[in-house]
Amino acid sequence: MVAIANISFDLQAGQLVTLLGPSGCGKTTFLKIVGGLSRASGGTVQINGVDVDGPQPDFGIAFQQSNLMPWRTVLQNVLFPMEIRGENDAAASGRAMELLALVGLQGFEKSYPAQLSGGMQQRVALCRALIHRPKLLLMDEPFGALDELTRMEMQDLLLNVRVSTGATVMFVTHSISEAVYLSDKVVIFSKRPAVIADMLEVGLPYPRTPEIRYSADFTALEHRAGRALGITR
Amino acid sequence: MMSRQVQRVVYPFVGLFAILVLWQAYTQFFGISRIVLPSPTDIFWASVARRDLLLHETWPTLLESILGFALAVVIGVPLAVGVANSRTLNLALYPILIATQSVPKVAIAPIILVWFGLGMESKLAIAFLVGFFPIVVDTATGLRATPAGLLELAYALRASPFQVFAKVQFPAALPFIFSGAKVAVTLAVIGAVIGEFVGSVGGLGNLLLTANSQLDGPLAWAALIWLSVLGIALFAAVVAVEKLMIPWAGSGQH
Repeated sequence: MVAIANISFDLQAGQLVTLLGPSGCGKTTFLKIVGGLSRASGGTVQINGVDVDGPQPDFGIAFQQSNLMPWRTVLQNVLFPMEIRGENDAAASGRAMELLALVGLQGFEKSYPAQLSGGMQQRVALCRALIHRPKLLLMDEPFGALDELTRMEMQDLLLNVRVSTGATVMFVTHSISEAVYLSDKVVIFSKRPAVIADMLEVGLPYPRTPEIRYSADFTALEHRAGRALGITR
Repeated sequence: MMSRQVQRVVYPFVGLFAILVLWQAYTQFFGISRIVLPSPTDIFWASVARRDLLLHETWPTLLESILGFALAVVIGVPLAVGVANSRTLNLALYPILIATQSVPKVAIAPIILVWFGLGMESKLAIAFLVGFFPIVVDTATGLRATPAGLLELAYALRASPFQVFAKVQFPAALPFIFSGAKVAVTLAVIGAVIGEFVGSVGGLGNLLLTANSQLDGPLAWAALIWLSVLGIALFAAVVAVEKLMIPWAGSGQH
């Protein structure tokens, strides 16, 4: 069965691109292929001219579930990638503390995941995805399981983190407003077999603040995305 | 009103005390013979009067139980690791494991006595045999139940198979291993006593049999109580190690 057909677009360094589409359209599969976690049945993914044929050391990934290890403290969870890479030194710890401070979790280094709320757990997962300074951050509906208010907080947080880390981000979501709010570019997937239904260059200025959600430009972009998804006319 | 915490401590004692009072009243009121059912006070005084004997006979049973349990852990956990990670080992060994488990341990105890003699080795072997199965099964289950998301994370980070095992699979399985160990340690005490019943020169099981045959009801019951205390103490010791090794699991699980 073909889940995804003929998807092709360019991602510029430092951009935040969102893959927006209905549930089950294959956007997660696409993200996993880009990340080297799944194989495509045909076609190629090239990053800086190099074929992606397996997990890449300079990618960072955040999943829908935070996937924290309950037996590790917050700090140990963030340092997990460095441990696997054999680079768990004082500099790594320092960077982990910086990242935790950046997402507002200073003082929670020694807590266990079970002691944190869902939003806090996702913030820890974000730090873990960023600890090895990835060039490309892949995010698979990381805020999908959060309540609306926490979700909006996390969106602002991600935008801040992006400014301080300079990472290129590919973000999967099925929320139209999340896609428009976060992105430089929104790639809209159709239902299976997925093709690109539309591509939005958002063009709203950064830094973005929640007020922008109520602007005419924002609403117009949401409306266009809704049309591409076949929700609105 | 008592707080829930206090209730948790007080209520079990209230229940126990009520049963002891009923038991005492029953034996005294109906004049039950000490041989048939000694009263709680009879048992208590027998425990005090014969404490040196009881203590002396506790050591062999304790040692048999602990060593048998330790052997079950040392052999069972690596075996479970093999079974959980290798399809070949799983197919080859799992049916045999189930088969050995379905053999009544009381039935093979006499054979084991023939192999290992009346000494400690035979008790240790039986304690090992009964404790082994829950450890293997629970450990293997735990290793297979590693959350898929954690395995995907490890794959994305290009972790080696050994790193995946040591840093993801094994820690994730620890709560399962401990639930197997808690079952195994109480079974190990039972295994040691089975061994002592079938043939032995010492131990609380041996003492119980001897006291029973001498119609010394209070001493037989005292040995029984000491055996229960031994089982509870070993169980508590495993729980204490569990709390130490997996503090993240919290007390809510138990």
